[in-house]
Amino acid sequence: MNPYPLNSVDLAHLQLLSREVRLQLISMSHRAQSAHLGGALSCVDLLVALYGTRLNINPQQPDDPLRDRLVFSKGHAVSALYTVLARHGFFPVEELQHYNEEGSRLPEQPSPHCVPGVEWATGSLGHGLGVGIGMALASHIQEKPYNVYVVMSDGECQEGSVWEGAMLAPRLQLGNLTALVDFNKWQATGRSNEVMAMESLKAKWEAFGWITREVDGHNLTEITEALHAPRPAHVPLAIVAHTVKGKGASFIEDDNNWHYRSPTSDEVEQARLELALP
Amino acid sequence: MRNAFAEEITRLGSADPRLVMLSADIGNRLFDKFKAMHPTRFYNCGVAEANMISLAAGLASCGLRPVCYTITPFITARCFEQIRVDICYHQMPVMIVGTGSGLSYAGLGATHHSLEDMALLRSLPGMRVLAPSDSMELRSCLRTAFAGEGATYIRIGKKGEPVLCAEPPGFTFGTWRQVRTGAEVALLSTGNMLPSALATADLLAAHGITPTVYSCASVKPLDTATLARVFAECETVVTLEEHGLIGGFGSAVAEWLVDRELPPKARLLRFGTGDHFLHHPGEQEHARQAYGLTPAAIAQAVQATLTPAY
Repeated sequence: MNPYPLNSVDLAHLQLLSREVRLQLISMSHRAQSAHLGGALSCVDLLVALYGTRLNINPQQPDDPLRDRLVFSKGHAVSALYTVLARHGFFPVEELQHYNEEGSRLPEQPSPHCVPGVEWATGSLGHGLGVGIGMALASHIQEKPYNVYVVMSDGECQEGSVWEGAMLAPRLQLGNLTALVDFNKWQATGRSNEVMAMESLKAKWEAFGWITREVDGHNLTEITEALHAPRPAHVPLAIVAHTVKGKGASFIEDDNNWHYRSPTSDEVEQARLELALP
Repeated sequence: MRNAFAEEITRLGSADPRLVMLSADIGNRLFDKFKAMHPTRFYNCGVAEANMISLAAGLASCGLRPVCYTITPFITARCFEQIRVDICYHQMPVMIVGTGSGLSYAGLGATHHSLEDMALLRSLPGMRVLAPSDSMELRSCLRTAFAGEGATYIRIGKKGEPVLCAEPPGFTFGTWRQVRTGAEVALLSTGNMLPSALATADLLAAHGITPTVYSCASVKPLDTATLARVFAECETVVTLEEHGLIGGFGSAVAEWLVDRELPPKARLLRFGTGDHFLHHPGEQEHARQAYGLTPAAIAQAVQATLTPAY
């Protein structure tokens, strides 16, 4: 794990890792002909910052009772989680080429019965926050010091269960709980703010009693600062991360066709050029 | 049953620090003793059942043993997907307890009737479904369920039901309790229908028929040994439940029956609520009458199936 605050070398290392993860995702989507590439690319920097600077985890002991928990609640984008887990040693990077293959340990939607490091099956949206609240509360009941992070999508915030949890967590004084919303402004069929009244997402979390921060979800310095900033001991933190769906390849960015499309081999090569990777 | 539930949970919670009690804003004063004894292990999760179930699964994933409690339709139908995914798929040892099951809250209208809960919960892989007949059997169910692993749904009544057992009778998953011995008819009663089953047996006895009566608290798994025996020995096997006929206890018995290789000797009769809502006000007995769930109606129907000797 990189120390905080990041020095220029560590920052450059994380930025390179983000680009490499993105190319890996684009390649995996091409090979598996799988959907949800846009939403996977938008949350890469959040995961790189969390795993690179914040989470107290040991890939050799993925079930350590004292580990920090990351509940990846936007399960459709799990290729991003798989790639970051592999890069942090939870399983061999070579295994990523079997993403979404029948019989592999890397299904298109996550399951804790597959590769180590996946905490929960979140193919159905709106479950992760409640589960994360339970994990954070267990830390208090059992007096075991660990933190819980829940990564959610903006479309997911249309589920009523999210706001049931949002209303309870401050009352439980869960200062060890952080919710991160990957606010890429799109959902399956349209602009999230046109499908439902999403704005102001930050004000909504604040109104529910959370410490709330807005960040550029592709700026690793901003994300890590939000993750590490001093916070009240008994108040949960919500980070609303403004992101671009499909971030990393110009022809994917902010084009919602990539909610379901997968790239051709030529498009993988074009992305490689744009990401300046060999 | 509610008071017995609170007492037994308090007792279990004192013996095992993993027990965490979750309520969806119900049970005012009911859990005062539990709260006083275990202040860090009782949480009112608010009128927010879906989140309560996910939260319980999160607690269980960290080694705790949550018990979730509220009114039956709200803790089964409303949050069914959270139960399915977060508890059952993840194989979390969570106990779900619904109060006011069946027609216990008949007077509050169809919103508070729960005549589909066993059908819903029974369909979930790994979920055990229990319907104890009285507060003593409930205590035994709670002890057994909490001692084991896995997810369990327990449907209970309200308060003031007749207590038929002098003490907790003991409970084993997949085993039914014989409460009356007889011959040509077997009355298989689940949940709070046991007093009606006994009253039905008394009515039949007046006609020279001596039914065997079982309290079938274990709806899933079924007691298949007892089923095999009564269907081989009796002329008529009767299921009784304060639940819909689609997917409930009687359906489970019928499924078992058609999957058998041997043809049964006995005919199966199922008694439960019909495929319609009640729209008129009325308390539990009124609602049972409206659905034809009275000892007189059941006894008459059973008698009609028997050979003329009866």
